[in-house]
Amino acid sequence: MTLPLDELGSAIEAALPDDVLGTHLEKGELVVLSRMGGIGHVLTHLRDDSSCMFKQLMDICGADYPDREHRFEVVYNLLSLKHNQRVRVKVLADEGDAVPTVTGVFSTAGWFEREVFDMYGIPFDQHPDLRRLLTDYNFEGYPLRKDFPLTGYYEVRYDDETKRIVYEPVKLVQEFRNFDFLSPWEGMVTKGEAKG
Amino acid sequence: MGTSEDQTYFVNFGPQHPAAHGVLRLVLGLSGEVVERADPHIGLLHRGTEKLIENKTYLQATPYFDRLDYVGTMNQEHAFVLAVEKLMGIEVPARGKMIRTLYCEIGRILNHLLNITAYVMDVGGMTPILWGFEEREKLMEFYERACGARLHANYFRPGGVSFDTPQALLDDIGAWTESFPKIIDDIETLVTENRIFKQRTVDIGIVSPEQALDWGFSGPNLRASGIAWDLRKSQPYDSYAEMDFDIPICKHGDCYDRYLIRMVEMRESVKIIKQCLAKMPGGPAKAEDRKVTPPPRAEMKRSMEALIHHFKLFTEGLRVPAGETYTAVEAPKGEFAVYLVSDGTNRPYRCKIRAPGYAHLQALEMMGKGHMLADVVAIIGSIDIVFGEIDR
Repeated sequence: MTLPLDELGSAIEAALPDDVLGTHLEKGELVVLSRMGGIGHVLTHLRDDSSCMFKQLMDICGADYPDREHRFEVVYNLLSLKHNQRVRVKVLADEGDAVPTVTGVFSTAGWFEREVFDMYGIPFDQHPDLRRLLTDYNFEGYPLRKDFPLTGYYEVRYDDETKRIVYEPVKLVQEFRNFDFLSPWEGMVTKGEAKG
Repeated sequence: MGTSEDQTYFVNFGPQHPAAHGVLRLVLGLSGEVVERADPHIGLLHRGTEKLIENKTYLQATPYFDRLDYVGTMNQEHAFVLAVEKLMGIEVPARGKMIRTLYCEIGRILNHLLNITAYVMDVGGMTPILWGFEEREKLMEFYERACGARLHANYFRPGGVSFDTPQALLDDIGAWTESFPKIIDDIETLVTENRIFKQRTVDIGIVSPEQALDWGFSGPNLRASGIAWDLRKSQPYDSYAEMDFDIPICKHGDCYDRYLIRMVEMRESVKIIKQCLAKMPGGPAKAEDRKVTPPPRAEMKRSMEALIHHFKLFTEGLRVPAGETYTAVEAPKGEFAVYLVSDGTNRPYRCKIRAPGYAHLQALEMMGKGHMLADVVAIIGSIDIVFGEIDR
């Protein structure tokens, strides 16, 4: 039997009181906040429980919120083919925290976790092969962190004299300009546009 | 080679190998000719799309989606505009929805034509790619006539599409749907029962349904393993709920099945295109909300307010209410999704792109282990990978 998402959220909370910190609906999508250490347990329950059956892990992604108490979020998006539902599981992590890997629960997590590590520098504990994935060999820094500049630190070019590729620090002829077009005014709220 | 039986040696496959479908560097551990390890090194086409999108307005972000999977471009814009529409609560007019559905299916055929024919070429058949590209050329002309670009369309916008499609173009697409099934028949007579093709693909790279779920497969590759799942049916978006079409599935999950699925899907897409043309409603092709879509050129010549709206829309852009969503579409390659986080400003706070090919390529080692080196080429061809979307 397929439960509506809000009831499913309460059911998950009731089944895993130690590992689930809370659930809520966001734009009609179920979000489960999990304790960092219990993420493997939560995903296993979501995968195997008959009211969940989230057999597919579609995506893992990181997000960086430098102003928050816990800087990083690791977001797991799951899909249940049986119940035609999606759920989003979130784990909060500080800088330096190692999130337990879920490669034992879903094989596909391997590359997704490598990407999060590559982009945000969040290590995954017990990951079988935690290498950088998308960035260049010997890349330094974590590019999707909010404090990483858009232009990066190094640029690459082919040097015709030495006949090889050279890495040089980025030199901008003009300071990087970030135009802020955001209007300081909320704007007039007209009819039919109350959502702001 | 002079190596003893138990010695593994490593071969660098790519990044310049034509059968690597782009810039895949694959480090293969071989024992004789048998593959023991396959370690794809990806990221050679990494352009930092997600970082760039975080630094652009919502409207400036759509063109980046064309450059992910550059074969079925509009399908990916679709995921992004649906996500923005969901966060903003925009209602798209019926004609806009129908045009988007129509062009998504054209994109699907574009993608499958390229994949099947390039895949057949990888395993030895030269002719289909020549036939396929002739049809792709016609389809890209339809793209060009709708939005001015053959590949990087930037046609879908939050609230609809950028321009309405003229009736003459719809008539020409209709005429094309009559002639195209003949081409599918021709390709099928050449390939489907071809002895060499079957020897190269049948029972190669078998993926069981359990493995397909475990490795995050989606789209044709999931259906080839026998799981009936298509987001167009199960979670319909835009006009798909009104369409009558079938979802083909196969049972073995080998390279041959993945080819068969795509052949049938092209025929189903033609069916959907015909229905779109027959049901095409009148009315506007984009939402009339001037905070979302620009006013028509003619109106800007007369109305000051229209001019202001136009200016604000192309400088400040859309202001999307705070929130987050994971919105997925059935792209030709599988589930293409956008995890979009908005903080209430005119730029996305986080835009994670879930590319189907990423999960498929990851499973290459699982699929290729124990097969011959030449079979890896067939497997890469059959899972339909394009590096624009994998590397982002």
